[in-house]
Amino acid sequence: MTRTRNLYLIPYAAWMLLFVATPIVLIVYNSFFDVEGHFTWGNFEKFLTPVYLRMTFNSFWYAFLITAFSLLVAYPTAYWLTRAKHKQLWLLLIIVPSWINLLLKTYAFIGLFGTYGFVNAVFEAVGIGTRQILFTDFSFVFVSVYIFIPFMILPIYNALEEINPSLLYAARDLGASPWMAFRRVVFPLTLEGVKAGCQAVFIPALSLFMITRLIAGNRVVTLGTAIEQHFLVTQDWGMGSAIAVLLIIVMAVIMLMTGTRGARNPVR
Amino acid sequence: MKMKNGKLANVYLVAVFVVLYAPIFYLMVYSFNSAGTMHGFESFTLEWYEEVFQDTRLLIIVLNTVVIALLSSAISTILGVIGALAIQRVRKLRQRNSLLAMNNVLIVSPDVIIGASFLIFFTMLGIQLGFTSVLLSHIAFSVPIVVLMVLPKLQEMSPTLIDAAKDLGASSWGVLTKVILPFLRPGIFAGFFMALTYSLDDFAVTFFVTGNGYTTLSVEIYSRARQGISPSINALSTLIFLFTITLVLGYYFLTRRTSRKPDWGVVQP
Repeated sequence: MTRTRNLYLIPYAAWMLLFVATPIVLIVYNSFFDVEGHFTWGNFEKFLTPVYLRMTFNSFWYAFLITAFSLLVAYPTAYWLTRAKHKQLWLLLIIVPSWINLLLKTYAFIGLFGTYGFVNAVFEAVGIGTRQILFTDFSFVFVSVYIFIPFMILPIYNALEEINPSLLYAARDLGASPWMAFRRVVFPLTLEGVKAGCQAVFIPALSLFMITRLIAGNRVVTLGTAIEQHFLVTQDWGMGSAIAVLLIIVMAVIMLMTGTRGARNPVR
Repeated sequence: MKMKNGKLANVYLVAVFVVLYAPIFYLMVYSFNSAGTMHGFESFTLEWYEEVFQDTRLLIIVLNTVVIALLSSAISTILGVIGALAIQRVRKLRQRNSLLAMNNVLIVSPDVIIGASFLIFFTMLGIQLGFTSVLLSHIAFSVPIVVLMVLPKLQEMSPTLIDAAKDLGASSWGVLTKVILPFLRPGIFAGFFMALTYSLDDFAVTFFVTGNGYTTLSVEIYSRARQGISPSINALSTLIFLFTITLVLGYYFLTRRTSRKPDWGVVQP
């Protein structure tokens, strides 16, 4: 047994070391150097200036909004999905849009939300009149929620499916109203799914840069946009790495806060 | 179950589905618009489809994307199976958990960070940005996914199967190819398909590590979309949508077939 174990572990561990550990070490290392290649704490000092702090606050605020709205839409969807007829088919229909390239979906919204687009045409017909929708905070949050919603629905759906229906019957037999049964029995049992969903939405939402560019038209600058800017436009890799390092730290904290499941029952 | 949805629930569900599918169908409808815009449908045309098929550059990009997706998911499936076998054989809980944590790093990392760190990594190694860097990074973010898909199947497997095979005189290679891998097949397929979708869908990581000459579809769509509406993207997205649907249905029926097979050997105490 010991001989075979080493055989599999060597290539896998080597791969992990090369492609997981090394890039992270490199990005931390890079964050201590300025454009000329001198060692400096300056990147982190620069991060503490109002410009970057405000950007960080904005990123968190938008990520929070996106996560909150996703949850608000996704929970009832998942809840009713578990009770629908042909739920396997419905679930498949939820997953299919997440298989479409997200660039294409974002691109579709440029058309839908455009000045002469479908939504404005409806507004015109109803009598509200043409509005500027593209390049606003609303369009940014809406498109992001649209993109992320399947990732919120799935974990909640799974958590709901795992609930033993007899628990619900018991609650009802003991005199709980439907709302009471939901609030005291169903919802607490799906908290793990809600956490998983929030994690799956919040972390990517924190570092979006493609949607901000296409839909928000550079109006919304998030940490993701800043990293992309520093790496690919201004070529200030040190500053970009510093932001990335801070993002990694935040991510780790979130994982520790919400990812209690991994600690309590590790995969056997 | 007696639990049924009321009218309100059904209206809500239908509304969610309409919103989910509206942008996709909007794109498709306007791929037939002769005006070449995404508003004011003029008349039906297949002009933009002709344009797509005559645009050799775009076709090469599509080909690049497919080649990268197939190659990266094939290689990452092999590496992922090796990884799952490796993790399974580590008996110490601490070591196994740290391996799993390492495995999860790339799954939970935001794309931007993966992209940025790989950009530094490849530049330091002196790897030319282009096909190789894109392929390697796609393999890198797919391996952990395959591991996660294969590992539960491996844990489901009863060790008595391996003992029986060994007692009957199978070599360790025989045990692997004749017993373990066939048992893992559903997990391996699932992992392969997941890797395929992640690769086809990826934009941010590719955007960072692709050089000047080399482009995949996502990056191309991004640069075209930044310049405004381009009807050939609509035509292309219709084609991609149909392709995706075929793939999804294929996967759906494949997994349904495999899961309907009798699962002998899965008996858990």
